[in-house]
Amino acid sequence: MHEYSLVEALVTRVEEEARKRGALAVHRLSVRVGELSGVDPELFRTAYETFREGTICARAPLALASVPATWSCPACKRPIARGAILRCPACDAPARLDDGGDALTLDGIELEVP
Amino acid sequence: MCTTCGCGLTPPRPPSPGVERGETEPPIVPIGLHEKILAGNDRAARHNREHFLASGILSLNLMGSPGSGKTAVLEATARGARAKGWRLGAVSADLATDNDARRLEKAGIPSKAITTGQACHLDADLVHRSLHDVPWQDLDVFFIENVGNLVCPAIYDLGQAANVVVLSVTEGEDKPLKYPVMFKAADLVLLTKCDLVPHLDVDLAKVHDAIARVMPRPRVIEVSARSGSGIDAWIGWLDELRASVARPGAPRPHDHEHGSAHASGSHSHGHGGSGHEH
Repeated sequence: MHEYSLVEALVTRVEEEARKRGALAVHRLSVRVGELSGVDPELFRTAYETFREGTICARAPLALASVPATWSCPACKRPIARGAILRCPACDAPARLDDGGDALTLDGIELEVP
Repeated sequence: MCTTCGCGLTPPRPPSPGVERGETEPPIVPIGLHEKILAGNDRAARHNREHFLASGILSLNLMGSPGSGKTAVLEATARGARAKGWRLGAVSADLATDNDARRLEKAGIPSKAITTGQACHLDADLVHRSLHDVPWQDLDVFFIENVGNLVCPAIYDLGQAANVVVLSVTEGEDKPLKYPVMFKAADLVLLTKCDLVPHLDVDLAKVHDAIARVMPRPRVIEVSARSGSGIDAWIGWLDELRASVARPGAPRPHDHEHGSAHASGSHSHGHGGSGHEH
C-alpha cells in the first residue's frame, strides 16, 4: 500500500503550486496512471479521498485517466500481442513499452486565483 | 466521489475560464504540469546516484518476496567474492528487527538495518539517511536489500546502478506474470534455491518463459546460496557492471534524465523496459 505516500507527494506538490500562484482553492486534479505504473487506480482514489480532507485539495475532485500498457517493436513499430514474449517476432528486437504505459503523472490542476 | 456521504456523485464542476459568471467570482485557471508524481523521490535518487558514481561504488537494489533468499544470496556473495577482495557493504530493510543486517555482518558484510515501521518499501530519502551510518565511501559494492515485497519497491528509484530481483524456485512458475511491474524494472533476475529443483514439480523453462513475457531484455542467473552453484556467474555479472562504474574517467552510466522510475547500470546491460535506447 504505497498509494498513500504517493498521494501525500501529490497533495504536497499541488499545495506548493497553489501557494506559488496565490490560489484561493484547487478545483480539480488530473492524474494519469499507466497500467504498469505500479499503482492501482482505485486504491489511489481511495487514498486521495482519505488524504485530501483538511488540505487545499479538500474540494477538488480527482480525474484519473488510466492508460493501458502496450508494447511494440522499436525498429519496425509492429505491436506486440498482449501477454506475448516481449521480443519482435519479425526483427527479434526487445520490445519497448509504448508511451504512458508506466506513467504516474500529475497532468494538471485547476486553480481559483484572485 | 462525494466526500460528504461517499456516494458516487461527482460534485458540480466549477465554471471554466471564459464561461460567463458573476463579476465577484474569481477565475478558474487550468495549469498544465505534466510532472511525475515521484519527481521528489527521483530527485533524491539522482543525488544518491551522484554520490555513488563520484566514489566509484557499484550500488544495487535487491528486491524480491519475503523469504525469496535475498539475505542468503548476499551471504553467499560474501563467500564467493572473497578472492576478488571487494569491500562489500549493505543496508537491509525490514518492517521490524535487524536480523538480516546482523546475518550480513556475521557473513563479513558491514551492514546497517533500516526498519521502516509500516512502510512497505524503501525510498531514496530513507537510503540517503542510512548512508550517514554506513562507511559507504570505502566500499566497492553496496547492496540495498529492500523490504520483502514484490509490489511497492518496484517504482522507487533509490539511486542504484541496477535492480536485481530475487525469485526463488518455490514461488510458482507464473510469479513474474503476476507481478509484471517488478520484473519490468529488473536488470537481472536471480533465480534462487535451485538446489531444491529435484525435490519440486517446478519447470524452470516455464519460469524463463514467464520472465520473457514481462521483461524485454530478460537476464536470469540460476543460483543456489546453499550449494554455491551459479554464484560465480552472479559475481561475474557484478564484476562486469562494476567495471562500468568503478574505473576513474569511465563514462558515467546515467548522465541523462531517465524516463522511468528506476535507472539501470550500464550501456552494456539491459534497461529493464525503461523504454529508451542509448
